[in-house]
Amino acid sequence: MPIITLIEAIRIAMDEELARDPRVFITGEDVGKRGGVFRATQGLFEKYGPTRVVDSPLAELSIVAIGIGAALADLRPICEIQFADFIHPAFNQIVNEAAKMYYRSEGQWRVPLVIRSPYGGGIGGGLFHSQSVEAFFTHVPGLKVVIPSTPYDAKGLLKSAVRDPNPVLFFEPKKGYRAIKGEVPSDEYTVPIGPARVARQGKDLTLFAYGMMAYYAELAAEQVARQDGIDTEVIDLRTLLPLDKTAILSSIQKTGKALIVHEANLTSGYGAEIAAVLADDGFHYLDAPVKRLCGPDVPGVPFSHPMQEFFMPNPDKIAAAIRDLAAY
Amino acid sequence: MAAALPEKATLLEWYRQMVLIRRFEERSKELFHQKKIGGVYLHLYNGQEGTGVGALAALRPQDHVITAYRDHGIAIARGVDPNRIMAEMYGKSTGVSGGKGGSMHLASREHNFWGGYAIVGGHLPLAAGIALKAKYNGDDEVVLCFIGDGATNNGYFHEALNLSAVWDLPVVWLIENNLYGMGTALEDASGQTKLIKRAIAYDMKAFDPMDGQDVFEVHETVKKAVDYARKKGPVLLESMTYRFEGHGMSDKMYAARVDEMSRFKARDPITLLHDKLCELYPDIGPTLDTIDKQCEAVVTESEKYAENSPAPTFEDLTRHIYV
Ligand SMILES: Cc1ncc(C[n+]2csc(CCOP(=O)(O)OP(=O)(O)O)c2C)c(N)n1
Ligand SMILES: [Mg+2]
Repeated sequence: MPIITLIEAIRIAMDEELARDPRVFITGEDVGKRGGVFRATQGLFEKYGPTRVVDSPLAELSIVAIGIGAALADLRPICEIQFADFIHPAFNQIVNEAAKMYYRSEGQWRVPLVIRSPYGGGIGGGLFHSQSVEAFFTHVPGLKVVIPSTPYDAKGLLKSAVRDPNPVLFFEPKKGYRAIKGEVPSDEYTVPIGPARVARQGKDLTLFAYGMMAYYAELAAEQVARQDGIDTEVIDLRTLLPLDKTAILSSIQKTGKALIVHEANLTSGYGAEIAAVLADDGFHYLDAPVKRLCGPDVPGVPFSHPMQEFFMPNPDKIAAAIRDLAAY
Repeated sequence: MAAALPEKATLLEWYRQMVLIRRFEERSKELFHQKKIGGVYLHLYNGQEGTGVGALAALRPQDHVITAYRDHGIAIARGVDPNRIMAEMYGKSTGVSGGKGGSMHLASREHNFWGGYAIVGGHLPLAAGIALKAKYNGDDEVVLCFIGDGATNNGYFHEALNLSAVWDLPVVWLIENNLYGMGTALEDASGQTKLIKRAIAYDMKAFDPMDGQDVFEVHETVKKAVDYARKKGPVLLESMTYRFEGHGMSDKMYAARVDEMSRFKARDPITLLHDKLCELYPDIGPTLDTIDKQCEAVVTESEKYAENSPAPTFEDLTRHIYV
């Protein structure tokens, strides 16, 4: 099987979906001639032409809202928001239009829309090119929120997102675009939206993560296995909304201890939801307090390299948190 | 231009600022490639110095300036200390934003320089709000707001300009039309490519587009606009200019635009001013050479200052969250 990067997997998924379904088109800032700022759409403009890979003006609100309209009318838009930090102008359209359309029309209208956007810090992007925005959207029923951490999943999940009849927010860990590599079959496959993935089997405790932090979680788990003999199970959630509660509970039943890791800041972050699921339905299985390792509660990821590193969780910080929890 | 030329000292100051910006940007680019300036973004102002310097020369200290992320040149022309700008770009604690902001988010309250903004268009309504304060308090102040051509297609532009017109706010909206928003050409993004015509939609005062390479023309026009804004209300301006570098450091497309680039480079704003000065004052050559050297030294000093400044500490991460 070929080994490719996360971003290549994303591009191949779009390429295959453009080829499969003439209703699929891509729009966003610089997705066409430039091939996207991260090169996620490289070569697609040349291959599919300007009606299928469409450069948009600098107008996030409309990139999304035109996507919603086109999706209502049965096209299959993939809208790129260049950085998750820029999605906020489109927040109204996502929350008030896309998420509620099926519900408010009593099932008459559906919004088969994908919004792709790179998220997260650690690349020196500074305050407005580093945000993790998932928790704003996981609060909104009617949306699906997907965050892959491996090339295999990125390809399979993005293809599922394009085929999904609901609005899907697909957040991509930009720091992993080229850093994360993995095997991806050239044959057609999809990965269903919904189920979490057991990234590593373990018995001492469970680490719940997604995106870049799922990748780091595996590295940290290997480190503590080698150095401390701690056997960590890693659950890569992959889909945050709807959440795979079964996977969470069956893992905690086995290990009894939970560490949740995300890079978005702690307070009201997505980890709070996982902790609540564990408290509500996993209470009897717990042998230790549920722990969260998250970005600190500061307004953004600062530009300055040392401050960025203070902010970001990383494999060493995760390993330290694993040791603490294992010792409980 | 029919208007009388500013006096020699003023022209030399413009020259100094423009050369300083150019040298600062050239050094920044090198320092970025040496990874001294960290991160992944650096948006240079080379080629647009005539617009920034000419426009800011039309302001008084009590007036206000706000711009987007291509902000080094504006900060320099506004008199912000290059040492502290460079330190910010290095992410040092002596930077104007304590290293939190970096290159795109310079700001200096004491200069009424309200900063660079990375969320494109987001600063336009803020500019209107600052102007609202001036009107509200009856303060004799004007806001100069720089806008990229790309940013004119964002909803913020429409809302802010319309509101400023309805409320007669003292803002000068200055579009720096460098023909591209990142890799997207003006005509691929704007229905009306004569951006100055946007003023019609708001019944807003506008002047003819300026030659942005000509610091004299920019200065004259912005001066008229500032006077108008102070007395009556908002004005829309458009400066026709060009960036000599890519959008940012990863832009590879710009180099292919060879003809366009050489057309604009033939009208380098610094060369135009240099030649004009030599024409006006035939003996001025050595003075200009001295200024060139001084600017070089200022940039070298800023590099040293940044180099030797302390890095932020962990405590800095959690400072300034709440007042
Ligand atoms: C809301 C938002 N959308 C997109 C971007 C990404 N982006 C940064 S600059 C830019 C182009 C802006 O072009 P223009 O306004 O013409 O300014 P110039 O770079 O030419 O100075 C884009 C698309 C952003 N920073 N913020
Ligand atoms: Mg531009």
